[in-house]
Amino acid sequence: MSYIVIDDERCKACYLCINECPKKLIQKSDKTNKLGDRIVEFCDPNGECLGCAMCATRCPDMAIKEVYRG
Amino acid sequence: MATQVFKIPDSFNKDFKYTFCPGCDHGVAIRLVGEVMDELGFRENTIAATAIGCSVTLYDFLNIDAIESPHGRALAVATGVKRANPDKTVFTYSGDGDFASIGIGESLHAALRGEKITAICINNTTYGMTGGQCGPTTLVNQVTTTSPHGRNLDYYGYPIKLAEHFALCDGVAFSARVSLDSVANIRKAKQAIKKAFQVQLEGKGFGFVEILSSCPTNWRMLPEKAHDRVRNEMMPVFVPGIYKDLTI
Repeated sequence: MSYIVIDDERCKACYLCINECPKKLIQKSDKTNKLGDRIVEFCDPNGECLGCAMCATRCPDMAIKEVYRG
Repeated sequence: MATQVFKIPDSFNKDFKYTFCPGCDHGVAIRLVGEVMDELGFRENTIAATAIGCSVTLYDFLNIDAIESPHGRALAVATGVKRANPDKTVFTYSGDGDFASIGIGESLHAALRGEKITAICINNTTYGMTGGQCGPTTLVNQVTTTSPHGRNLDYYGYPIKLAEHFALCDGVAFSARVSLDSVANIRKAKQAIKKAFQVQLEGKGFGFVEILSSCPTNWRMLPEKAHDRVRNEMMPVFVPGIYKDLTI
């Protein structure tokens, strides 16, 4: 099963990853980090993630720090 | 068993944190440099030179040795470093205001001398750190803080096209322009940065990459819209492509 790991403290809420995901598995979260940014969260209840790493390639702050494909 | 397909490059400092604005493409460009360093394995043998602008913070993130140069003179300092230590991998990382305005003399003559250096220039058509003023790469009719009615062609002339100019220099072994507006172009950008380092490692000459990047803060746009601007307004003027490649 493929999944991504998001580092909440690195996220600056630019939301570039949301439109990049081909399966639309990343969404705005209700949580905020220490900077006060409303961060993103990975939501994949049906195991649809492809592990394509497009979100991580796009993320300018390396907040999506790990991607696993399997 | 899941295999890891993306990780933070080993060339980065532990617990680094980017200080760029949200959505700034500098983060992507520096990550690509780190990934290339990991793949070609020259990190421990590297000295970087930076000068002025948002780009100077490079050495806060990458685990390499770096020299801070006077404004715009990154390539002059890098020339000295490379001539004193020919076995080191030397590169410069600068913005367009630094590389093409204040330091165009140093940059162009380092290329003409054919120094075995890699130069990376981030082109965002404005001066990012100082507040979005009109720069050498500002597009005609682009509104900036010092051109509130748009860049006037009669008064200021045309923007400079770096990749084409550098391709004309005989000392240059590789000159390309790439963009960071989409994932496909980010992957192409990585290949171009890799080639620019390879020509140095193989001693062929000067490697140059111009990277089209967005500046959402000074363009007063959302990051997504800023990438649309790169695609629709910048890329027709600054056409991406490989303008010179002596490795073929």
